Amino acid sequence: MSVLVGNDTRLIVQGFTGSEGSFHAEQMIEYGTNVVGGVTPKKGGQTHLGKPVFNTVAEAVEKEGANASIIFVPPAFAADAITEAAFAGIEVIICITEGIPVKDMITAKQVVNSHGATLIGPNCPGVITPGEAKVGIMPGNIFTPGNVGLISRSGTLTYEAVDQLTKAGLGQSTAIGIGGDPVIGTTHLDAVKLFQDDPDTESIVLIGEIGGTAEEEAAAYIKEHVNKPVVAFIAGSTAPPGRRMGHAGAIISGGKGTAQAKKKALAEAGITVVESPAEIGVTLKSLLETA
Amino acid sequence: MKIHEYQAKEILKSYDVAVPAGIAATTVEETVEAAKKLKEEGATLFVVKAQIHAGGRGKGRTKKNNAKGVVLCKSIDEVRETAESLLGDVLVTIQTGEEGQLVQRLYVTDGVDIESEFYLGILLDRAESKNVIMVSTEGGVEIEKVAEETPEKIIKEWIEPGMDLQPNQARRLAFALGLEGDALKKGIKFIQRLYRCYVETDANMVEINPLIVTPDNDVYALDAKVAFDDNALFRHSDIAELKDEAEENPYELEAQKYNLNYIKLDGNVGCMVNGAGLAMATMDIIKLSGGEPANFLDVGGSANVETVKNGFRIILEDPNVKAILINIFGGIVRCDRVANGVIEAVKDPEIADKLDSVPIIVRLQGTNAEEAKEIIDNSDLNVISAVLLKEAAQEVSNVLA
Repeated sequence: MSVLVGNDTRLIVQGFTGSEGSFHAEQMIEYGTNVVGGVTPKKGGQTHLGKPVFNTVAEAVEKEGANASIIFVPPAFAADAITEAAFAGIEVIICITEGIPVKDMITAKQVVNSHGATLIGPNCPGVITPGEAKVGIMPGNIFTPGNVGLISRSGTLTYEAVDQLTKAGLGQSTAIGIGGDPVIGTTHLDAVKLFQDDPDTESIVLIGEIGGTAEEEAAAYIKEHVNKPVVAFIAGSTAPPGRRMGHAGAIISGGKGTAQAKKKALAEAGITVVESPAEIGVTLKSLLETA
Repeated sequence: MKIHEYQAKEILKSYDVAVPAGIAATTVEETVEAAKKLKEEGATLFVVKAQIHAGGRGKGRTKKNNAKGVVLCKSIDEVRETAESLLGDVLVTIQTGEEGQLVQRLYVTDGVDIESEFYLGILLDRAESKNVIMVSTEGGVEIEKVAEETPEKIIKEWIEPGMDLQPNQARRLAFALGLEGDALKKGIKFIQRLYRCYVETDANMVEINPLIVTPDNDVYALDAKVAFDDNALFRHSDIAELKDEAEENPYELEAQKYNLNYIKLDGNVGCMVNGAGLAMATMDIIKLSGGEPANFLDVGGSANVETVKNGFRIILEDPNVKAILINIFGGIVRCDRVANGVIEAVKDPEIADKLDSVPIIVRLQGTNAEEAKEIIDNSDLNVISAVLLKEAAQEVSNVLA
């Protein structure tokens, strides 16, 4: 089964013919992802990497039955690409683009929600269900099929954790890189719900970072509703609070958002919190062995 | 991107948000001239305000002259004395950290009479993915304490995505401040115009603390802190020009020129990492290994010879650095290529010179990690290799011991 992407995924690439889009589309096809085509406005009708190019997402949905999209469109146009995918009825939209203005994302997220789609990212490494579909920019070779669901804000830290899991003999059901921007589609909490409901996911690794309150919200949900073992790491214990200007940020976060506050919330929810990022894999392994 | 108060107020004015008259100055003479001009326009009191990119100026003190960052002056002579004590001195506030910030510019404003003081802030509420406007009757510098101890005194209105601030929301906020009559009318307009300014300029924070009502029922932004979304600056070239490089850390400025994301810290172990999350995790592991991180440095996706060289240059500027940990997870970038890049960088005469007494630990993981380790081990350079993060942590402990 797994979540979000898998054997049933019919993927299109928005920004297909650009250098990033081309490079990663090729990698995804090589991994075995079912890439059914791509979208680059004004290049419709061409063939790229052996796949059809369309002018619009709607056309790709109509002609190829696309149900998922990955976006490599430059930041100034990426929010538009997200809403185009939502309007066309794409179910899972994964936006890799980094540097999208917050104002654009606020409305794009609203459009995605009102059309019943699921957005991952932006500014994320993507989603992979090992052995089935890689919809992202992660190195496919470090992943292995299995039953650990992984949620992370960052790219290379995700790879680090996956590498440790794989070396500990723990395969992954799906790994979701949710992205680190202020406004993202799927949050830690949403991803936790997906894994709790997924019969193929038997345990969860949650990787967070300082800032925001997403990890605290996930912790509150896990405490009440999740019966699968969860291991968490929060990056940024040693990051400085930074020179601030004004009080507004502190007021809205209400004392949450520091590494200490997040770790405390997670631990109180019964989650095993690892202090060292080098021990994510071994900690989950021993937790599963003693369970 | 942060800007100064005087710049923020110019922007507010362009949106018809009322601010007291004010003039920026960079010398004592200019400051005095500014006060004289304000006097001609009817000002009887003057407020001299240090312009630095940090809050808490009113309670802050300068290092040399022990001067406050915001001073109310009753005469032109007092303005002169204040300017002399502030310009060129270093102001330390609760938000600057101990090192403080050099005062290079002052803002002289009309010292208007104050009947009541309020707080107003606009920013993104990340938990809701919506912008929020917050007001409180408890204006002034203790607002964070208010938020913590009596959160019910902070009134919030969330703006629906894709919609403007609704008139009913602006009214509710103004009523919550207890405004009446003329002040109520002006307050509602003030909030609406300020929100329009926030949205149209792609600001990520607008904070008015205090927002004041005068005895004549005028509503003014007495202070203004505005910061912008860096990702949106491409469509606001006028705002991008307001950037004051003198307010930035010189190392961090240099790093920006190389497209590196660098933040200087006070520790003894430098680090160079690809990806922000892994960079923070690497700093954490340095601490767990008995060191203190000297910096945050995310070299991004490429990690080629040039980025590694530039990373070394910046890290080695810091005399506190006793060791350097390079932690690269090679996914799409192959580790053997990164290893060759590191070796070429270390051999660069300019870098090699400074590296004499600084051991380097290189941890490469991912595609072709074993080949990369071999390349490093066979290089005859003062470079220690590691594959697992745990091993890298152990090597950090060893070199610090």
